[in-house]
Amino acid sequence: MTDWFSMVVYICLFVITISILLLLYRAVVGPSNPDRVVALDTIGINLIAITGLMAILLDTVQLNDIILLIGILTFIATVAVAKFLEKGVVIDQDRD
Amino acid sequence: MHSRSNDLILKTTTNIIVFVILAFSVNMLLSGHNAPGGGFIGGLMGAGAFLLLYVSYGLQPVHRILPINFTYMIAAGLLIAILTGAGSFVLGVPFLSHSFGYFQFPLLGKTELATAMLFDLGVYLTVIGVTMTIILSIAEDKIEKEVGEGN
Repeated sequence: MTDWFSMVVYICLFVITISILLLLYRAVVGPSNPDRVVALDTIGINLIAITGLMAILLDTVQLNDIILLIGILTFIATVAVAKFLEKGVVIDQDRD
Repeated sequence: MHSRSNDLILKTTTNIIVFVILAFSVNMLLSGHNAPGGGFIGGLMGAGAFLLLYVSYGLQPVHRILPINFTYMIAAGLLIAILTGAGSFVLGVPFLSHSFGYFQFPLLGKTELATAMLFDLGVYLTVIGVTMTIILSIAEDKIEKEVGEGN
């Protein structure tokens, strides 16, 4: 791996870290609960980006499953919390 | 609380994504021998797919579609794991000894089949059963209380 390439990866990691810090600010002081849900969802997507950059940096393909895993878990968690905010229950009894 | 809303986008997205998650779960189960993954994380992903179905469609419709008693799934997984270990007694080797062999298949070519895969299948079924039993017990508990208060 050339030097400038790893430098680009480090710069991307730094920028995504700043993004996660700003999202953490929104998750802490968000005025309403949906703000916090969207902030946590986007933190999950930034974690996917960090995992991908770390896979590039460590020169491995073993982290590719983790990327799909974080995506699926973030989607399910966001759907469940959105359902709870909308309906009051996560799994309701009968819906036709 | 029980507002009649039409979750068309959620249901359509669930119909597509559940198959992707189930395929990923089986992929995790099968690739756990040489790559990250295995029965535990595959079982958790399968439980995530079932959970997404339950969140999107509700309790009773999914019970009609998938009449699975997840408590029996725990027992089936433990039985498969124990029988895999006890099968080594037939060949006169210690408990939980595993073996592998290479076989020729028409489409896959030379494939390694190991009996550790059967133990992993038991772990997979047990993890799905335990996770779904926990989640559905909590969900049904709340519903039974509402029905009791309604009567």
